Amino acid sequence: MKESFGDRVFNAFNILILALVAICTFFPLYYVLVVSFTDPTEYLKSKFIIFPRHWSLASYEYLFSTRAFLNSVGVSAFLAVVGTACSLVVSSSLAYVLSRKRLRGRRIILMLILITILFNPGIIPNYLLVRNLNLINSLWSLILPALTSGWYIMLMKGFFDSIPQELEESASIDGCNDIAIWIKIILPLSLPSLAAFGLFFAVGYWNQFFNALLYLTDSSKWPIQVLLQNMLIGANNTELSSDVFVQPPPAETLKMAAVVVATVPILLVYPFLQKHFAKGAMVGSVKG
Amino acid sequence: MNKPKPMEMASRIPQSSSVPKRSRSYFDTLWKDIRRDKYLYLLALPGLLFFLIFKYVPLYGILISFQNYSPFAGMMHSPWVGFEHFQRFFSNPDFAMLFRNTMAISLLRLVLFFPLPIILSLLLNELNSVIYKRVVQTVVYMPHFLSWVIIASLTFLLLAKGDGLVNKIFESLGWAKVDYLTNPNLFWLMLTIQSIWKETGWGTIMFLAAIASVDPQLYEAARMDGANRLRLMWHVTLPAMRTVIVILLILRLGEIMDVGFEQVFLMYNGAVSQVAEVFDTYVYRVGVQQGQFSYSTAVGLFKSVVGLILVVFANWLAKKFGEEGVY
Repeated sequence: MKESFGDRVFNAFNILILALVAICTFFPLYYVLVVSFTDPTEYLKSKFIIFPRHWSLASYEYLFSTRAFLNSVGVSAFLAVVGTACSLVVSSSLAYVLSRKRLRGRRIILMLILITILFNPGIIPNYLLVRNLNLINSLWSLILPALTSGWYIMLMKGFFDSIPQELEESASIDGCNDIAIWIKIILPLSLPSLAAFGLFFAVGYWNQFFNALLYLTDSSKWPIQVLLQNMLIGANNTELSSDVFVQPPPAETLKMAAVVVATVPILLVYPFLQKHFAKGAMVGSVKG
Repeated sequence: MNKPKPMEMASRIPQSSSVPKRSRSYFDTLWKDIRRDKYLYLLALPGLLFFLIFKYVPLYGILISFQNYSPFAGMMHSPWVGFEHFQRFFSNPDFAMLFRNTMAISLLRLVLFFPLPIILSLLLNELNSVIYKRVVQTVVYMPHFLSWVIIASLTFLLLAKGDGLVNKIFESLGWAKVDYLTNPNLFWLMLTIQSIWKETGWGTIMFLAAIASVDPQLYEAARMDGANRLRLMWHVTLPAMRTVIVILLILRLGEIMDVGFEQVFLMYNGAVSQVAEVFDTYVYRVGVQQGQFSYSTAVGLFKSVVGLILVVFANWLAKKFGEEGVY
């Protein structure tokens, strides 16, 4: 079909607008990357940098020489790995059980889980619970309360619902009990979906900030997000008192190097996330 | 076998029941079913324990909002004070401020942010090149996965007064520097722009899915009738998205009390405190930092109850509109 003149104008505009949207989205990330690789002295002198004249790894070298930063990366990696594993086990087992229609009490349990989605007791009761469990300043305080959520259970249950029940019938005739069926038949079947859920959990743990702020006062246990926030706040305070004639150290390139390190793991898993999320987000947002 | 309770009930209840036979067989099959599925219950145990401990025990903790809770005395021995903390909160000028800030941030987000994913998905849908569409999608979805700490870092990098990019450009143009981050007049708008940058792309997913489900014959028929591209968009694509738009709009209404602790907390500073304090940040400051547990639990409970009413109302509204509802 031949395009009319109006169509072509429309197409050109559309392509242009979307290019602008993409550039506006991408530019801050690009700028962070550039600043983090810029020579610290050049950054202070120059007006603004779109492409640095002198590339430098100085910020990264300094960053990775500090114990605090290495520590925080280690903590976040630990949370992402151990937390994700625990989350997957707890969520998938409960979701699978709740997807078995013959189960007695299934509706009541689902109702009770739905209530936790609708009503949140608030920050303080959760905080006091973690305190009473003696989990303050323990990394488990970032894993146990965040193991799963009603949403994740509903999402996963929806997925297990689609696995035909005949599969397990044949296995139970072969003498497997329900746990063996779950491990030997259901889990291998659902590996791709579990991997997708795992990525979401991992991103959640890596990005976790609020719980760490609440439950960790010991700075040696800070995950990367909290360390990053403290680097930022420090800068913000000097910003607020910028009338004082004290030149802050070239902390900006350092901070941006930390931002890049905190972003890279997300970018690494992003292609896999993107492959899966359209479906997951659909189920999660429309149907409980 | 290690759950004798239903068995006891089964033997006890028939005596007082008027239809003993039926009850007996009901509890017998119940018990048999439970025994048959004992491994399933075992499998569910860790998850059930999680919900019991981390979702239901805190519900019990709400009671301290009616007490003068002291961590040393514990809940058992703290004195009860009824609605004192609620009265204190409602008569406190902070209450009006928190309410205003929360509403302002939520409504700005609703008005300025909500239409954008709809427009963006319409534009994406009109692209002829599949590759270009995928590239744009890949870029605009990405910020959704970044943490608020990173978003705040980017905001500082771009907008800080001293060496933020925008002010560096202004300086080189000979313009005066603007302090965006400590300006109370700009704070709400800045939060909205952050949300737009982070979530607009991600927000298109639902709408694109709705568009993808449109029957191509509809476009064909409309084109036969002489509709141009804009008319196709208006008369075919948009009506197909209506259900999703209504549901999402109602969902957002239900979430109006939630403005996101992390985002607001990270952009908070002394200069903007009067416009930046929302319920969650207030609870954190007063409760966790100052240790007024009972008072802050009362504040949190007020927010949760209003939130619950809004969500239930929103769901009722969705069903009223002939949609499926969310639960």
